[in-house]
Amino acid sequence: MVAQITDSGSRRQMLLSEESELEQLIRDLFASQKLAVLGTQNRGQPYANLIAFAASEDLTSLYFVTGRATRKYANIEADARVTVLIDNRSNQDSDFSQAAAVTATGAAQEVVGSKRDEVLAIYLAKHPMLEEFVRSPTCALLRVEVQTYYLVRRFQNVMELHVR
Amino acid sequence: METVLRLEHITFRDRERVGGKGFALATLLKKGFKVPDGLCIAVDGYRRYVTETGLCARILMELDRKDFAEVRWEEMWDASLRIRNLFLKTPMPGDLFSLVASSLESELSDKSVVVRSSASGEDSSHASFAGLHESFVNIRGIDSIVEHIRLVWASLWSDRALLYRQELGLDVHQSSMAVVIQELIAGERSGVVFGRNPNDPSQVVIESVFGLNQGLVDGSIEPDRWLLDRKSGTIINHHSAKRDMAVGAHGEATRLEKLPVEKQSVPPLRDHEVARIFRLALELEELFGSPQDVEWTFLGDDLYVLQSRPITTMAGDNKGDKRGWYFTLRRSFDNLKTLRTRVEGELIPAMVDEAKKFAQRNVTELTDAQLAKELSIRQEAQDRWIKIYWDEFIPLAHGIRLFGQVYNDTIRPNDPYEFMDLLGATEMASLERNRRLEGMAALIREDPFLGEKLSNRDYPGVDHVFSRALDSFIEHFGDLSCSAELCVQGWDGIIRLLLELASRPEAKERFRRKDLENLRERFFSHFEGEKRQRMEELLDLGRASYRLRDDDNIYLGMIQHQLRLALEESKRRLTDRGNLEVETLDPLEVIEALNDPHYVPKKVMATPEKPAHFEIRPRQLVGQPASPGVVRATARVIIDPSDLFAFKAGEILVCDAVDPNITFVVPLAAGVVERRGGMLIHGAIIAREYGLPCVTGIPNASSLIHTGDEITVDGYLGIVIKHS
Repeated sequence: MVAQITDSGSRRQMLLSEESELEQLIRDLFASQKLAVLGTQNRGQPYANLIAFAASEDLTSLYFVTGRATRKYANIEADARVTVLIDNRSNQDSDFSQAAAVTATGAAQEVVGSKRDEVLAIYLAKHPMLEEFVRSPTCALLRVEVQTYYLVRRFQNVMELHVR
Repeated sequence: METVLRLEHITFRDRERVGGKGFALATLLKKGFKVPDGLCIAVDGYRRYVTETGLCARILMELDRKDFAEVRWEEMWDASLRIRNLFLKTPMPGDLFSLVASSLESELSDKSVVVRSSASGEDSSHASFAGLHESFVNIRGIDSIVEHIRLVWASLWSDRALLYRQELGLDVHQSSMAVVIQELIAGERSGVVFGRNPNDPSQVVIESVFGLNQGLVDGSIEPDRWLLDRKSGTIINHHSAKRDMAVGAHGEATRLEKLPVEKQSVPPLRDHEVARIFRLALELEELFGSPQDVEWTFLGDDLYVLQSRPITTMAGDNKGDKRGWYFTLRRSFDNLKTLRTRVEGELIPAMVDEAKKFAQRNVTELTDAQLAKELSIRQEAQDRWIKIYWDEFIPLAHGIRLFGQVYNDTIRPNDPYEFMDLLGATEMASLERNRRLEGMAALIREDPFLGEKLSNRDYPGVDHVFSRALDSFIEHFGDLSCSAELCVQGWDGIIRLLLELASRPEAKERFRRKDLENLRERFFSHFEGEKRQRMEELLDLGRASYRLRDDDNIYLGMIQHQLRLALEESKRRLTDRGNLEVETLDPLEVIEALNDPHYVPKKVMATPEKPAHFEIRPRQLVGQPASPGVVRATARVIIDPSDLFAFKAGEILVCDAVDPNITFVVPLAAGVVERRGGMLIHGAIIAREYGLPCVTGIPNASSLIHTGDEITVDGYLGIVIKHS
């Protein structure tokens, strides 16, 4: 009814609060989920599978562990570009309106050297039951350097978060 | 457990299944009170219906479209309208229908009935929300009754119920509704009794009218009122009403009619009948354990109890809680007709007069002290008119819904907003203004030399056909064009706009007379004689509501413009002082600063900066579909009125609220996106007139989308996609 002419300062405030709200949403979603869907490709053929994931504190990295003999590992060796889907659906009608899903895109790389122990601590804090699996010499610890998150809520609401 | 029960067969075990009303009626029957015969469809019926038809999931989708905190009242109207249409278009599953139909057949056969809601917990003493759900009076025939059962179910999701969804604990998976179907008692005198006066606990209040209770309940008939002492039953006061109308049952509806003269001079109740109702109130209080709000009717000497529920006050009387106000939006046809007369005949002319008076005072000639005073006068005027806008103009918009509901019930269109097309076939000030602008643009299009001259600010002489058209425009719409900031910019502003309008083919309003005639005929062919005449009146009211919905904003814009002129002049002067950040001052601070040459603002705003990991970009924003169509084009975000003059043909208009400052660029636009949501907001109305795709109710639209962004407006799904 009444034209609200917002000054640029308060608009900026609004965006800042939106940003921290979305970040929090993603943080909560990651905390609530153990598994994610990883997408890789082999010469143009997409391939999806489940992984046990963890995220860095600043949300710019996602971590997972895989055997080196797996299809996904081979795919990543050939092309590091991957996508990861994390969602909280419960397989009910209400999912259409109430579930949230985050799609991350980025590149995967094995974590080696001094960083490895630090990342492993984060990973095992979330998945203590995978200790033996992770320590096996046949397994690789991978980090996905996230470029963009696509956050979908309420069926069709989509926001993008680009890592600065 | 039976899904359909006779009232007299309901036992204590059924309490949760039959809802508050159903259980209270059964209790009354058992205790020997006279209650109209009837049936109850337990909540299992509702559950089966919404589960087997898949409605449950669809209601969920509708309600969870947006964060509830971001849903405005217009959007709530829309959500409940769409949900109601789902119920209207979804038949009962076959075996449920057979079950209900055979019970109706054997118990009520061809009697006229009342179909009432009986929500679980609705009438318990902690949550009695009178008037949240629907009741239908004088319904006849199995198919019609079954259909009204569905409409009562739909009212579980009425906009009023949605408003109180927290208090009611409304939950798509848990909430349910029982329905009571009772024989209609064509009472000669009816009324209500409050076992305890909400304003004075030592009293009982009885209200009564001739005819059926509807007129009293919806406020269209003033009742006679008795106040009695609760202890002794003595009549303390009898307020006599005007008594000229009554509601009666006719055919398949109820209707307001003139009361015969001989009845006008006597109260509907004699003193011993007042005493009888007083005793009834106390008996029911004893029976249910708390003071009751009772509806009753007299047929001959028989006193029927129609319903009894605990007295509670409506939540939302707190300051800042707008929901009490929201309830005033529900008005009867007659009530709205009176309101329309007042708005058209008194309020709008008064508002125009006041704006004109302001316009006669040149703010640049005032001293600082005078300007401060003028500013506060204009601020007061704006606040006062905004209050009137909420209290009287917006309630009038209910006329649109009233027509829409009848239209949807009659036609059952796939598009629940089809009725808007019939309402739109009316003259709106903004459309007339745009037509005149198009006319002048056509002159430029036809005469290439004229366009070139105008671009070089070489304006033709007074006798030129273009000059005459422009003069006449300013004479007719002078105030409107002022409110559109055109006069601030002198002729340059309007000519720049006309050149842009001339640069593209003329925008067509969507409808030709003939299509409208067909639509109109299709609707009216369902009615005959007197009923048809009433429908004509309803359409007329709907059109007036629709027109005013747009026009009132234009007139309010005139007042706001005068306030803005005073504010801008003030800020210009304060800027000259050099020590103030005038743009951050609110009007009260501006007034203070004008009166005090050494004014220093008290508050300092610090913007906390924090390192951000992410840059946020919207990709797909969900709002409400407000006008069908899809378009992909460049966005033009209107934040300041000056942005309007940069508007280029074919851009998508993105704004906080389409208001009088904005509607004149709509013919240039390829689509419209607005923060405010709902079908009844101005952006939606005007976009539909021009057949432009429109999405409303996008929170933060004007900050998430930037001028120059390439966006898609999907007016079917109600989403906006931002392309990178």
